[in-house]
Amino acid sequence: MNLTLKVWRQKGPQDKGRMVTYRVEDVSPDMSFLEMLDVLNERLILEGDDPIAFDHDCREGICGMCGMVINGVAHGEQVATTTCQLHMRHFEDDAVITIEPWRAAPFPVVKDLVVDRSAFDRIIQAGGFISVPAGSAPDAHSVPVKKVDADAAFDAATCIGCGACVAACPNGSASLFTAAKITHLSLLPQGQPERDSRARAMVEQMDAEGFGGCTNTGECTAVCPKGIPLDTIAQMNRDYLRASK
Amino acid sequence: MIERGTSTAQVDPPAGAPAKPVTPPRAAPAKRKGGFLGSSNGRKAVMAVTGAALVLFLVGHMAGNLKAFFGADSFNDYAAFLRTMGEPMLPHRVALTIVEVGLAVAIVLHMWAAITLARRASRARPVKYAAKRKSQAGGYAVHTMRYGGVIILLFVVYHLLDLTFGTVNPAGWDGTPYERLVQGFAPERWWVTAFYAVAVVMVGLHLRHGLWSAFQTLGLASGRSYRPLKAVAATISAVLVLGFLAVPVAVMIGVIK
Repeated sequence: MNLTLKVWRQKGPQDKGRMVTYRVEDVSPDMSFLEMLDVLNERLILEGDDPIAFDHDCREGICGMCGMVINGVAHGEQVATTTCQLHMRHFEDDAVITIEPWRAAPFPVVKDLVVDRSAFDRIIQAGGFISVPAGSAPDAHSVPVKKVDADAAFDAATCIGCGACVAACPNGSASLFTAAKITHLSLLPQGQPERDSRARAMVEQMDAEGFGGCTNTGECTAVCPKGIPLDTIAQMNRDYLRASK
Repeated sequence: MIERGTSTAQVDPPAGAPAKPVTPPRAAPAKRKGGFLGSSNGRKAVMAVTGAALVLFLVGHMAGNLKAFFGADSFNDYAAFLRTMGEPMLPHRVALTIVEVGLAVAIVLHMWAAITLARRASRARPVKYAAKRKSQAGGYAVHTMRYGGVIILLFVVYHLLDLTFGTVNPAGWDGTPYERLVQGFAPERWWVTAFYAVAVVMVGLHLRHGLWSAFQTLGLASGRSYRPLKAVAATISAVLVLGFLAVPVAVMIGVIK
């Protein structure tokens, strides 16, 4: 298949950046989206051009490194799929595909499609952890956890921190990410001692990074490659209100 | 700081430049007030609580309006009751004044939260997407909240000048509430009814999203409750829209005269 790509090119953080159109030919429908970009990049390198920079690592949908806004949708229109797991068979021949980086003030563009997501790291550093005395591993069943809680905590814990929620949110809000991390720990017994301080610190850090607020549009959960549910945000709100009493 | 691997730390170093990690300039985060009311979550809670108070008022207001179907006396007596309620424990019109002040405070706080959060949201996305962003979540009402709120505010101002103060009403300040109602929505003033209809539909859309959102914001929603919550929000919104539209439309087509 043959494609026309309109890609955001930006030389560095200070560059203004612009959309550049590329023609990519003989793309196999079995290629992943990133492999298609690899093919284009190989050609750009042979032509002496600068290859398109994009983040990627595991290429099996579990690391959270990759991510770009494809035709206006974070990770493309395929549901619950990271960009690396998106395959070209979902596109039509001769399609025009627009590729942009995540857009948010707290995610400044490093180059082309690569954005700096260390704002997420700082939200985690603010409280996305539990403090435990280190030692040998405790017995598996020494602290009972209800099955429903274990499942909900695990669902929240599947967040890979890719940032698609921020990219999709009309408010540039990091609520789904922060809420997933808060929910993950606040449903488990190990998360209880720091539950209040965690909710306060992480919400404050999220605000301090310059993310917008949540307006319950649900765009985040719709594009989330891990399908983190919207009720994690209700859990975050509940914990934050509880901590603010 | 979490150290990033050397393979990603260096991005496009300019030739000959000293090796130094490229840290893109972060837009200086706006100075934000700490504490509950400074946080986005706190302001959303303010929006939810004040919104809930205003919804309760709307339910009472809509029910009271329906008195118009029972004749001029029923409607005027109800209007008089609003001024005498609480008597003799409270002096004349005190209970009503308390409600009015409460509503005014709720509206101001609701708007304060909405405006400050909207400004944060627009600062959070300084560069817009080139491709038209496709909504993946569905739902029309959610996209009307901000401009819809402005329309509702303009409507409330007109509505008070019309039926409360009588400034833009043919029956004027001296007319009885029923006269102001019947003359205000007279058939030849169809455009007033049309404006009211648009505004009331906007209120309906606002509540369609706002009602369940208030539960979400206050942490009262969970996975299983979204479906019933949204159904209740849609039902209450529809009942309010129909109830509010019934009276002006009935006046315009001559059912109430």
